[in-house]
Amino acid sequence: MAVSVDEAVSAGPARGRPPAARRPGGRGRSVLEVALLTVLAVVMLFPVLWMIETSIKENRDVYAIPAEFFGFTVTMDHFKDVFVAPDGGRSALSVAFLNSVLVAGASTVLATVLGVPAAWAYSRFALKAKKDQLFFILSTRFMPPVVVVIPIFLMYRQVGLIDSKLGLILIYAAYNVPFTIWMMKGFVDEVPAEYEDAAMLDGYTRLQAFRKFTLPLLVPGIAATAVFALIFSWNEFVFAIFLTSSDSVRTAPPAIAGLIGGTTVDWGLVAAASVVFALPVLVFAYLVRRHLVAGVTLGAVRR
Amino acid sequence: MAGIEVSALHKRYPDGTVAVDHVDLSIDDGELFVMLGPSGCGKTTTLRAIAGLERQTTGDIRIGDTLVNDLPPAERDIAMVFQFYALYPHLRTRDNLAFPLRAEGLPKSEVHERVAEAARLMRLDPLLDRRPRQLSGGEQQRVALARALVRRPRAFLMDEPLTNLDAELRADMRTEIKHLQGELGATMVYVTHDQVEAMSLGHRIAILNKGRVEQIGTPLEVYDRPASLFCAAFIGSPPMNLIEVEVADGKLRGQGGLVLTPPPGLPRDRRLVAGVRPEALEVTAPGAERSVPARVVSAEWLGDEIIYVVDHSGQRDVRVRMPPTVRFAADAPVGLRHTGGTPAVYDVRTEELVA
Ligand SMILES: Nc1ncnc2c1ncn2[C@@H]1O[C@H](COP(=O)(O)OP(=O)(O)O)[C@@H](O)[C@H]1O
Ligand SMILES: [Mg+2]
Repeated sequence: MAVSVDEAVSAGPARGRPPAARRPGGRGRSVLEVALLTVLAVVMLFPVLWMIETSIKENRDVYAIPAEFFGFTVTMDHFKDVFVAPDGGRSALSVAFLNSVLVAGASTVLATVLGVPAAWAYSRFALKAKKDQLFFILSTRFMPPVVVVIPIFLMYRQVGLIDSKLGLILIYAAYNVPFTIWMMKGFVDEVPAEYEDAAMLDGYTRLQAFRKFTLPLLVPGIAATAVFALIFSWNEFVFAIFLTSSDSVRTAPPAIAGLIGGTTVDWGLVAAASVVFALPVLVFAYLVRRHLVAGVTLGAVRR
Repeated sequence: MAGIEVSALHKRYPDGTVAVDHVDLSIDDGELFVMLGPSGCGKTTTLRAIAGLERQTTGDIRIGDTLVNDLPPAERDIAMVFQFYALYPHLRTRDNLAFPLRAEGLPKSEVHERVAEAARLMRLDPLLDRRPRQLSGGEQQRVALARALVRRPRAFLMDEPLTNLDAELRADMRTEIKHLQGELGATMVYVTHDQVEAMSLGHRIAILNKGRVEQIGTPLEVYDRPASLFCAAFIGSPPMNLIEVEVADGKLRGQGGLVLTPPPGLPRDRRLVAGVRPEALEVTAPGAERSVPARVVSAEWLGDEIIYVVDHSGQRDVRVRMPPTVRFAADAPVGLRHTGGTPAVYDVRTEELVA
């Protein structure tokens, strides 16, 4: 009905041009928008679509030339192979997935448990050379994993953390703590210190005041931060491939990579494993999306 | 209730800022004591030191007979109301009020009773089931006051509690706080940068500047005889006119011939400034008796009074408070006359009251 009002008003001079096309949000523009977005989405998502297709194709269809987009036989065998070994037991990939869940989960929890109180302290207390400390903490993230992996490999061999899940959990937590501190400090800064002051006057200790009042207000920020930490740990490849070797310890990224490189590559299995690997983070991010958006924008806007 | 004794308080923040240089305060039991000063003069820091939220670098704080230097806030038995109300956002009014009592571990019935009493005192009954974000600024501040009340603390500390309210509400709340304080006989330390608030609320006022106390006195004392040029410029709206004067044949003479009655005991050989309140001057017809020639620069019509800004030879922007019935046009030639008693006189160099 908005369109008809507009047409009625501008009928004279605007003849020949569709009035809707000139207005932001009008039909002409939205058609163009949808078309552009569709093209973009197809281009961006093509590898993902291709991966999903490959995961449900028979192996002979995977190699078909020209490639078959439609009309191939759908099979779930590859997904079965991801979880079940040929002899009927648990497959190496399924063990790797469980390892990934454990390592990513534990390292995220560890980074959060260590990082949130640290962020609170950096936000609330006057510390000597606070800025330098924070910069130092961040600087540990400046070097990409591949640069530090050799010295860490040597140290881990000395202390017996090579090829252990604990080793991976520790190194991922170490990588995520600086990030957690920096991101959470922004959130803590947003929560007025007066809540804690008031609580302390009401009879609580500083730590109780933090736990009872500030912490609940930080939940969205913690959710957002944890998702980022989780994604890092979940996707991490370099440390995982250098520091672990046995199937019982390996996480999913090196395990999936290990599928490629034999004389024949079971592309269907690779694709199915990748789909399974991609799902948990997507689902998790979707579940906490409200916190994610609220959290990220809250941290970005100054009071 | 208890008095509060602050002696030689000094607070230096870790970054090197000296927020409080030297403050001595002696606040009586049941007194409404106002700390007044411009932003950044150390009012909040002093208050937070009394509350125990900030540890002073040196100096002693006593509440009642107890030296509280090393006591955490929880053990000082003091309530504080913040400029930003600091109501717990996830709690309803009722629970915000009950909170400090539950922290103390009081039995349920007692908690209920005290919350009801505070709600009645601050007329909060219709608001008890709302959360802070469903309350207006004034309502939030009433809840914050009520939360301070329920604990029956030994003293109340208020840090610019009305600054975030609009003017009309602020006047209402001021009356309410004063009434409440009298009713409860509460010891209250009230911090503000608003001199009108200070004058209308305080039994006594301490004027702070750059971490030091410039003057302590009743509102009348502070108004009549500001202890320093700083206080003279801070108190009163408009503030005192500061007129350079010389002592000559038993009179104080300003430049341009304005004659004032000298207070006794004036030092001879120093440069002096007289502080003259706008209501101690008078704009007259030109050439009136004892008047000096002057010119009206502008006039502010405030309804119940007119503030004339006049120039006379050697002195610009002298402010004069006149009743609304006396009218002079801008730029009109007029006379300026001193009608008040002996003015306060300051040494230009030390900036302090000399007589
Ligand atoms: N936590 C702090 N760290 C460093 N300097 C501070 C801190 N809090 C206040 N200050 C400084 O101390 C001075 C006094 O501050 P404050 O007591 O808040 O003044 P007021 O309440 O009178 O405006 C100001 O210069 C302020 O910048
Ligand atoms: Mg302040």
